Amino acid sequence: MDILNALVAILNFVVIPAASYGAQLALGALGVTLIYGILRFSNFAHGDTMAFGAALVILITWGLQSIGVSLGPLPTALLALPFGIALTAVFILGTDRVVYRFYRSKRSAPIILVMASVGVMFIMNGLTRLIIGVDEIRFDDGARFLITVQQFRAWTGLSEGLSLRVSQALTLVVTALACWALFRFLNRSRAGKAMRAYSDNEDLALLSGIDPERVVRLTWIIATALAVTAGTLYGLDKSFKVFNYFQILLPIFAAAIVGGLGNPLGAVAGGFIVAFSEVAVTYPWRKIATYLGFQPDGLLQLLSTEYKFAVSFVILIVVLLFRPTGLFRGKSV
Amino acid sequence: MAGPYLSATAMRGGYGKADILNGCTLTVERGQIAVIVGPNGAGKSTAMKAVFGMLHLREGQVALAGEDITHLSPQERVRKGMGFVPQTHNIFPTMTVEENLEMGAFIREDDYRDTMAQVYELFPAVADKRKQNAGELSGGQRQQVAVGRALMTKPSLLMLDEPTAGVSPIVMDELFDRIIEVARTGISILMVEQNARQALEIADIGYVLVQGANRYTDSGQALLADPEVRRTFLGG
Amino acid sequence: MSNTRQAEAVSPWRAPILFLILAALFLAEGSFRNALFSGSWNTALAILNMGLISAVMALGVNMQWGYAGLFNAGVVGFLALGGLAPVLVSTAPVQGAWAAGGPRVILALLVGLGTLVLAAQVWKRVSGLMRVPALIAVLVLGFVLYRWLFDPAVMAIEANNSARAGNIGGLGWPVLLSWPVGALFAAAAAWGVGKVALGLRSDYLAIATLGIGEIIVAVMRNEEWLSRGVKNVSGIPRPVPYELELQSSPDFVARAAEWGLSPAVASGIWVKLLYAGLFGAVLLGLILLAELALKSPWGRMMRAIRDNETAAEAMGKDVTRRHLQIFVIGSAVIGLAGAMMVTLDGLLSPNSFNPLRYTFLIWVMVIVGGSGNNWGAALGAILIWFLWIKAEVWGPEFMRLVTGPLPAGALRDHLLGSAPHMRFIALGVVLLLMLRFAPRGLVPEK
Ligand SMILES: Nc1ncnc2c1ncn2[C@@H]1O[C@H](COP(=O)(O)OP(=O)(O)OP(=O)(O)O)[C@@H](O)[C@H]1O
Ligand SMILES: [Mg+2]
Repeated sequence: MDILNALVAILNFVVIPAASYGAQLALGALGVTLIYGILRFSNFAHGDTMAFGAALVILITWGLQSIGVSLGPLPTALLALPFGIALTAVFILGTDRVVYRFYRSKRSAPIILVMASVGVMFIMNGLTRLIIGVDEIRFDDGARFLITVQQFRAWTGLSEGLSLRVSQALTLVVTALACWALFRFLNRSRAGKAMRAYSDNEDLALLSGIDPERVVRLTWIIATALAVTAGTLYGLDKSFKVFNYFQILLPIFAAAIVGGLGNPLGAVAGGFIVAFSEVAVTYPWRKIATYLGFQPDGLLQLLSTEYKFAVSFVILIVVLLFRPTGLFRGKSV
Repeated sequence: MAGPYLSATAMRGGYGKADILNGCTLTVERGQIAVIVGPNGAGKSTAMKAVFGMLHLREGQVALAGEDITHLSPQERVRKGMGFVPQTHNIFPTMTVEENLEMGAFIREDDYRDTMAQVYELFPAVADKRKQNAGELSGGQRQQVAVGRALMTKPSLLMLDEPTAGVSPIVMDELFDRIIEVARTGISILMVEQNARQALEIADIGYVLVQGANRYTDSGQALLADPEVRRTFLGG
Repeated sequence: MSNTRQAEAVSPWRAPILFLILAALFLAEGSFRNALFSGSWNTALAILNMGLISAVMALGVNMQWGYAGLFNAGVVGFLALGGLAPVLVSTAPVQGAWAAGGPRVILALLVGLGTLVLAAQVWKRVSGLMRVPALIAVLVLGFVLYRWLFDPAVMAIEANNSARAGNIGGLGWPVLLSWPVGALFAAAAAWGVGKVALGLRSDYLAIATLGIGEIIVAVMRNEEWLSRGVKNVSGIPRPVPYELELQSSPDFVARAAEWGLSPAVASGIWVKLLYAGLFGAVLLGLILLAELALKSPWGRMMRAIRDNETAAEAMGKDVTRRHLQIFVIGSAVIGLAGAMMVTLDGLLSPNSFNPLRYTFLIWVMVIVGGSGNNWGAALGAILIWFLWIKAEVWGPEFMRLVTGPLPAGALRDHLLGSAPHMRFIALGVVLLLMLRFAPRGLVPEK
């Protein structure tokens, strides 16, 4: 029985990776949920918005690196992020202007908007491939570790090691800041309240003199900022590959639905729920069981990692079956 | 200035091809209470929407304080001094009572704290719940929030579509009292009511609407006294 | 879907003319050899065959979207599931695989299924405090039992002659029989998803199908005992003769010489023609059935529901049930197309099931062709498939033309190299333009 080592192993292999992955999902799901709340459709182009933004961030990062700018121990991408957000937001506002606004003014069924977002997804996917290619790209310069396994072992004298990568710590810090700023904005500022009012009751918001087009623009900008941030952090953490961002769409949708579509707080919770379930289900628990004095003969892995998307799917199905409005009461079914 | 404060004349229009309103006319004098009654589906709500600019009119005019506002959008009408409480979906359910009132004052650039205090004074029941989400209030309290929200722009004409729907008789009496109080401050009121008898009691002018047209128009007392109106619309 | 359907008259000649243009494109592909066309009948027929299969897929999607307004974002999954059928039904049995663990795997799968059924029953029957613990107990016990049965069996099957087989193998039955089986596979999966996600908001079905699509493809990629995963299953039997057989038949060689063709070319063309006949027959049969169904009271009700769901519901129609029916039928057609495709390729390659190619491309076909119109969907499918394939050739040509004035260098190389990605952009643009300016497609619904 070796509880300390077991705890360290859990922290190292489950809690830390799941927390940073959960933070990335949370940021993505926040964007999806905001767009759903205001524009009332599930944006299939959200994953590719993340990819497109991250690709721009990478290009800008390379540009900065080539003129010798860096952030010391932090990744240069952090410096490039605001520019990436601004460029992507301009592009996304353009898509709203040319694509979505027409259907909005016609009050088309949500599914038509979903379909239009598929078109936008294709275009953004193609553009991303065009500007950066389909290969895997690593762009995390600066220091790699905040705590390395060796350091940790030396400090604590435990046999089990623990590492904390800069990208993981950064993800958590940036997500916390982004959520804090977002919730403050939604709850305190006039524009944020107008967004909530519009999401709550569109017609009454109109009667109160809230300009719907301003609300919509603001929503796109915020959702894009969150998406590009999420995309960049995900890329820093795992490496950048276009197709991965299409695949991450499912866990992001699952997170948003689990939390209740349209409910920002729910989206954050949903992101962490999905991430922790995914990691817990696909992690081989043998090591930890051994520390706790068991002698398992299998890996004690519930599901192989190739099926991690099945976890999001199962969570999604369970929520749809038992509580279609989500754990935190989102918009109506 | 001659003529009534609000005059909507010979309104004709509907949602699709068929007209719901067939030459409906509504007028309200300054500081008076006008009440619209009529059977379900008569077009009462539709008439209110038309007056507020939420419905395209094929014919007819709407004028406020002598100014033609027929072609103004609802938002512009709010700026002209109209306030509207729809029949349903008239609050922001996941926002607090206070935020609901703030949203009511969205177009105001000046300090609206005084107005908010007045609203709380008018509806002490909701004042206690100002930090609670409006969606979690009782039906009567919600209606109070809804009326309060509309009052936040300091309208000179307040339009209420069935403010007492789903409200217990006691609260209903209270709500009527509040409405009279509001009217005393010089605000004109145009109101649709199912509880025709009580509403006509306090009405300076009453309209009985049937199939989108005025059937009877008279002072509230006169309508209550009219045996024909009593028999067909007030249930004896 | 509703209220955008103006009923302006469309010329009755529109569809025939468009089909003629399509035919002309294929004739040009077969007979002219220049920058645009290959001048090879083998190529033209190969494109046509896959085009016909795409048309079957588009027909399935069109049933779901055009008849009922359901957005299936997991077409690739139903297709892949259908593609599994030829492997399980018609490939030759693998020596020793069944003995290694066949019955045990079947038992494991039954236990898995039984666990789910039992869990559903527990949830329905048990009430009160015991409900959740009982449910969890059933699921946990079921899962442990399932893994206990499943893992060793799979290991044994995969260990069996793993270089050449390692999978459970098939039954060795005729390959045509596997086509309806593929449809059944897809239908079963669709029933499960539909049961959960239909009746909720329309986008929930899209998201749930997106998920099931990815999962089915993941299963095919990883369950080597079933599909050999990335090792692919080849040697799926054919419903038509092999080219080599034909070439060794003196009769055929003589006939080819009469036409002035070499035996190699002639055999390729003949085999592809046979396939085209087979696929064309299936396609026409399906269109015929679909048209008959649409004209029946059932079809009229379907359309009434699509055009005004609320009104239909108010008239006492069980909208969710109807939606489930059409969703299952449409998915079955997609599964059928999957089985046909794998038969044509003679190969199941789980890695090739890409959602952009097999879900969203099909969607573009339907939207371009004319949602709600079966002929339109088929036309759109063949046309878009032709363009999609030709874009591979035309894209770089076009880029060379555009970048001609540029100096040779990194930028020019990059642009030339990225021509393939332009296909996605073009596809997105086509989809958006159609949705916006011709939402009823090339051949609108009558
Ligand atoms: N949004 C709408 N679209 C189409 N038709 C509508 C709409 N709203 C109302 N109608 C129709 O207009 C007619 C009048 O409706 P309206 O709501 O004005 O009646 P009402 O007098 O307010 O009835 P109630 O007392 O039940 O509130 C009804 O026949 C109704 O079906
Ligand atoms: Mg009404």
